Parts: sequence; C-alpha cells; structure tokens
Amino acid sequence: MIRTKGERIFEIINYIILLLVVVITLLPFLHVVAKSLSKESAVMAGEVSIWPIGLNLRTYRYVIGNYAFLRSLYVSIFVTGIGTFLHVLVTSLVAYPLSRKYLIGRSFLTFIFIFTMLFSGGLIPTYLVIKSLKLIDNIWVLILPGLVSSFNMIILRNYFSTIPDSLEESAKLDGCSNLGIFFRIIFPLSLPAIATVCIYTAVGYWNSYFNALIYINNRNLYPLSLYLRMVILDVSAQLVDLNPELTNLNPESVRSATVVAATLPILIVYPLLQKYFIKGVILGAVKE
Amino acid sequence: MSTLRTAKRYLEEVVRKMKGSTTRKIRTNYDLYLMLLPGLIVIVLFHYLPMYGAIIAFKDYNLMEGIIKSPWVGLKHFNALFQAREFQRVFRNTLLISIYRLIFQFPIPIVLALLINEVSHMFFKRTVQTITYLPHFLSWAIVGALVIDLLSPTKGLINIALKSLNLSPITLMDKRYFRAIVVASQTWKEAGWSAIIYLAAISSIDPQLYEAATVDGATKWHQIRHITLPGIRSTIVFIILLRISALLVTDVEQILMLYNPVVYEVGDVIGTYVYRVGLGQMRYSYTTAVGLFQSTVGFILLVIANYLSRRYAETSMW
Repeated sequence: MIRTKGERIFEIINYIILLLVVVITLLPFLHVVAKSLSKESAVMAGEVSIWPIGLNLRTYRYVIGNYAFLRSLYVSIFVTGIGTFLHVLVTSLVAYPLSRKYLIGRSFLTFIFIFTMLFSGGLIPTYLVIKSLKLIDNIWVLILPGLVSSFNMIILRNYFSTIPDSLEESAKLDGCSNLGIFFRIIFPLSLPAIATVCIYTAVGYWNSYFNALIYINNRNLYPLSLYLRMVILDVSAQLVDLNPELTNLNPESVRSATVVAATLPILIVYPLLQKYFIKGVILGAVKE
Repeated sequence: MSTLRTAKRYLEEVVRKMKGSTTRKIRTNYDLYLMLLPGLIVIVLFHYLPMYGAIIAFKDYNLMEGIIKSPWVGLKHFNALFQAREFQRVFRNTLLISIYRLIFQFPIPIVLALLINEVSHMFFKRTVQTITYLPHFLSWAIVGALVIDLLSPTKGLINIALKSLNLSPITLMDKRYFRAIVVASQTWKEAGWSAIIYLAAISSIDPQLYEAATVDGATKWHQIRHITLPGIRSTIVFIILLRISALLVTDVEQILMLYNPVVYEVGDVIGTYVYRVGLGQMRYSYTTAVGLFQSTVGFILLVIANYLSRRYAETSMW
C-alpha cells in the first residue's frame, strides 16, 4: 500500500493520542498502588506520585488480615455466586417461553416484563415493599430483587429464537416436554449467550453498593463494595471502631491498600470478562 | 415400519396444531407458562407492588396505617414539590449534569472508536482496547476512591502536580469544579467501553466503499467524513436519544461517593435527594412524589425518543 506523507503524519498523531489515553487511564491506578506501598511518612508528606517511596507492607497485612474485609469479601462472593446462578436460571426460564412465536399471550407477557425497564415505582415505595416483606437486614435482599432483568431477557430471547425450530419439533415428536426441551436442547445450545449474561449479572452483583446501603444496616452483612465505601469515606472511624490497637496506621495508606485489594479480584477475572462482554454488546445490538 | 409410524404421528400433530383451539394450545403448553412463573413472581413483588405503592404520593403516608389506609391528599405533595427551593436546585443540578455529559462526554467514545479503528498494528490496538475497557468493570466505590485519592488536597497526584506548577488545587470541596469532576470521572470510567458499540458499527461498513474511495483519491479525512460517519449515523442518533431519555437520571452510586454537604448546592441530584430526604428524614409521601415525577418524565422522554429513533435512525427499542 502506498501511503502519502499526510497519512503517515496522521498515523503518528493517532498513536500519540491513543498512548495519551492509555496513560490517563493507567495513572490513577499507578498512583493508588504507589501510595499503598510507600512509607507512611512519604504519603503523609504528599511526596508519592506514581512510584512508591520506600516500602511498607504493614498496611496490606492489616487490610487483608482484617476480619471485616474478609467477611465482606465472603458476603460478596456469596451474593455474586448464588445471585448469578439464580438470575440466569429465572431470566432464561422467562426468555424461552417468550421466544416461542406460538405462545398465546406472548406480546402481552413480553410487555409486562419490558415495562419494568421503562417505568418504576421509585425508591421509597420499593423500600416500603421490601420492608413489609421482612427483607431488611436479610442477605437475600441483595439477591432477590435483581433476579429478572428485562435487558438480559431480551438478549436471551433473541438468541433462543435463532435456534432452528426443527430441533424443538423433533423432540416434541419424541414426546419431550417443553421443560425437557429447554433444559436438554435449548440451554446447552445457548451457552455463548448464557455466558455473556452470567458475566453481566456477576459484575452487576459484585459492583453495586446502593441496595446494600439502603437495605442492610448490619455490618456483618456488608458486601465488599459497601465496606469499601465505608472505609473510603470514613477511614478513621472505621479503624477505631474495628481495630482499636491499629489507630496508628495512616488512613491514607489504608484507603489506598483497601482499594488495591478490592480491585484485584476484578483484575484476575478480567480476561474472561472482556471476552464475553464484547460478545454481549454485539448480541444486545442484534434486533429481533 | 417405524418411519411410517413417525410420519403418522407427525401428521396427527400437524392436524392437532391446526385444529387446536386457544384453550387447547394453552393446555398443551402449560409448562411454558409454568416456566414464566418464578420471573413473574419476582417482577410482581419487586416492580409492580412498588408501582402500586407509589400511590402514597397522593396520600399522607404514615407507618401505622400503611399504604392502603393512609388518607388521600390529592396533589398536595406535588404542589409542595414544585414550590420547594430544594427541589428546584436538585432538578437544575440533575439536568445540568446530564447536559454537560451530552456535550462533553458523549462525543469522546465516537472519536476514540474512529482513532482505534485506524490503528493497523494489531498488538497496539488490542492493548489500547484492553486498557481502556478496564475501568468500566470497576464499581463506583473503587473509582470514587481513585478520584478522592487523585484530588486529595495535599497528597493527591493532581494537586501535587498543580502545586509544582504554582497553581491552586482542585478539590471535591470546591463548588466550581464538582460537576466537571462528575462528568470527567464518568468519562474516564466509560469512554473506552462506550466506544465498543461504535467499533462494532464501523466494522459492519462494507470495506469496498473504502477501496473505491481510495481509488478515487480520497484522503483519510474524506473517508472518515463521507463513509465512516454516515455509516455509524444511526448508532449515533440512537445513543443520543437514549441519553436524552435519561436526562433526569444521574448515577446515584457515583454522586454518593463524591459529594459532601459543602457541594450539595451544585451536586445534589434527584436520586440522592430522594435517598437523603426520603430515607433520612422519613418524608415518604413527598419523596415518592419526587420519584414519580422523575419516572413519569423519564417514561415520556423515552417514548418520544423511541418514536424519533424509529423515524430517523431506523432503529428502535421496541
């Protein structure tokens, strides 16, 4: 390919801009990692930029060995694991019937689900309902309200409707029930879409803290994201509260180390996330 | 024999399907309805019951009497809401943040997608994508912490840099910068990720168009202006309309990480106001009215946006 001088200049500028974007994306991480590892005196003096000054692992030892951190990590793993499993089960059980063109009442039933995406009763009425269901300070309040997502339902429904009808028909002739067809044929054939939805859901459960902020008062049930918020916004109170003997730790370092520790689980599964998430954006863009 | 039998069964099935009345169709597929049941229970409990509960916006809710028995008061809370100076403030803040996002945040993913698309070096391209998508996967608790860390008055990277240049610091306590910080941190978190949808749209443009243009001597700039941008036009319109329909929605998890009483005047939005006043001061009926106002306006905007999108971008949500 012949390239003009202008194109070569464009290319160089393009690479420079994108490198800049990458640097801007990475700087906050480098800064927080550097702070979490540096000597406390250097952090307090405001000397740490993107490279650690001195080395201090005491903060990490405190953060990771901290009972409250481990407990909220456990809550998050429980909520994300069980929540994702149940969400995928319930949402795909909704999506399959709604993908069958012969289902009587299909458009009305679809509307009932999609409408929840368009209109909501609001925070306060939802809170009152959840309170009257006795779900306040119950770990299931972090799981149950999110079991159906109309967005994921649409992704799955579209995927299910691309599976050839002949498979369903021949199974029916062999006397297979709809439920059997779903679990034995449709579900196994839809694993790419299921995986995408799993990851969407898991990231959602893992990251959100607002539900827990509203419905959970008991600190033993705080998920990691809410624990993190508490540490970030109220470091000193938390230190005194949970570990009286550790008040001499520097709050700034504790905050940085907690952030790094909470980011690690996401970084570990990130390659997997990226692979299926991108597929999901494309699946979601496919219209019926 | 067995093929004959299968054929016969098949014929019977076809005949039955054709003759089948509605009730019979429902009866033969009863298990399909059974499959819907768990999902229906969930949305009735957590979506439709709250929608019904929203009638307390027209009542004076009190804990003893509950949703049904509390007395009706008509539009009292809506009148109060439109007169409350606080509500005007959060309404303005919500709208302003959305408009700033539309102006400053919205174009960036498009530019980013155009730039990434021009990179011919595969490894570089993949690396840029991997790194810029990452912040999307982090919770606002983490991103909020990063922002607080960067803007810490004496120990944050940005203020260390500003100090060395003899400039005054930028902090989260400063009313002048708060909205800009909100928009900038949103952009930092989502720009890379939002570019994906445009990249997908670009990749579906017919490559022959570019070849033909090159033969005709079109420059890169011409190609972008006359092929790429028109090619992703419907995606752009669709996203703009989605944005407009969410004008009254702000990411509450973000604001709750970043704001503090000092910047309520510029940073308090409808979502945080409902949370603070509703749950904090237990003004249930009043804040339900606020929420209902937000939902209704959002719903109307969405219907209009969808209509326009179907009309002008040949895509729609339903």
